Amino acid sequence: MNLTIIWQLLETVCDPEVPVLSILDLGIVRDVAQIKEQIVITITPTYSGCPAMNVIEMDIRGVLGAAGFKNIAIKNVLSPAWTTDWLSEQGKNKLKAYGIAPPVESSGHVRVLFGRSPVVECPQCGSKKTQMVSLFGSTACKAMYQCLDCLEPFDYFKCLK
Amino acid sequence: MNEQLLDYTLRLADTALILGHRLSEWCGHAPALEQDIALSNIALDHIGQARNYYQYAAKIQNMGKTEDDLAYFRDERAYRNLLLVELPNGDFGKTLMRQFLYDAYHVPFLELLQSSKDENLAAIAAKSLKEARYHLQWSAEWVIRLGDGTAYSHQRVQQALNELWRFTGELITPNTIDSFLRSYEISADLNQVQLAWEKTVLEVLKRATLVVPTQKWMQKGGKEGIHTESLGYILAEMQHLQRTHPNCNW
Repeated sequence: MNLTIIWQLLETVCDPEVPVLSILDLGIVRDVAQIKEQIVITITPTYSGCPAMNVIEMDIRGVLGAAGFKNIAIKNVLSPAWTTDWLSEQGKNKLKAYGIAPPVESSGHVRVLFGRSPVVECPQCGSKKTQMVSLFGSTACKAMYQCLDCLEPFDYFKCLK
Repeated sequence: MNEQLLDYTLRLADTALILGHRLSEWCGHAPALEQDIALSNIALDHIGQARNYYQYAAKIQNMGKTEDDLAYFRDERAYRNLLLVELPNGDFGKTLMRQFLYDAYHVPFLELLQSSKDENLAAIAAKSLKEARYHLQWSAEWVIRLGDGTAYSHQRVQQALNELWRFTGELITPNTIDSFLRSYEISADLNQVQLAWEKTVLEVLKRATLVVPTQKWMQKGGKEGIHTESLGYILAEMQHLQRTHPNCNW
């Protein structure tokens, strides 16, 4: 069977917490395979405690089921661990258009202590004069920022490497 | 070896669950909204990590049990968590200090565990490490802010540090399980963890203008299931519903 149709259907499954991203944009679908009569979809969580994973599994079953694919197995893998490097370019653009600053590439190693926060561009006005308000935000994957020019608060999809 | 591996995995699971549970007690009570959200996020990371460890522990045990059975139907003496994480939250400064002392250990611990010969533990460690680095950054910055803050905030976190200090020895002191699994290159080398822990703790406490306690005597027991009086109360609250209505669902 040609699995392209499965990939196309998965493109319509969205992250329930950031609905502008499909699970393919997010990079959490690691593999689609056919084993005998069954379609096996391998996914990986963004964060260990991400509460969206159960909903995503249900949504995958829903979308594929509605298209007539009933014999499905969803496999959860932890390794290799998800990284924001797997966010597609399209995904990053969608985030920005939605008002969430996409992760800024840091140069290689993540500084743990006393690292200055990266320069994050305001998704509203494009200013680089922004400051971090809190390292943790409305979901596990985001931090809270504020623009010092247009003064709008915004979410930053933080780097996970 | 399965017996030791199960004990070790349960220790990691219990430690993550109990710390996550403690932190979640702050939900709706933290001094500022941003920190309330931070504490809840960190709690969620720990509970997510706990689930991964429990699922693996259930597989090692191979008795048809689930992650929920392991979390809800074991008694205090069966819990293997480190004592530090079961201690009451106290004030915000004490919670922060407990978190920092733990994070400063957790990061180097996971850095080593991700090279474990046990591929399941290695995978969970690699995943958790990315989260733990954010936790450490947050807790270290707060320890500095409060320690090097006002005279009053300084005094409060210094007192917290003095009270918590005797529970830090257990983090970096191997017991028989650690040593046994070390010989199979499964457990993390706690001597290396200790070096990294001391470096981070000394650096941050210095910046925070806090005095490192000189107390040498260390309390232990968590790894063997001998706990402080605090754990029983946590389990009573956490397990109550499942014990009353076994296997009930939402």
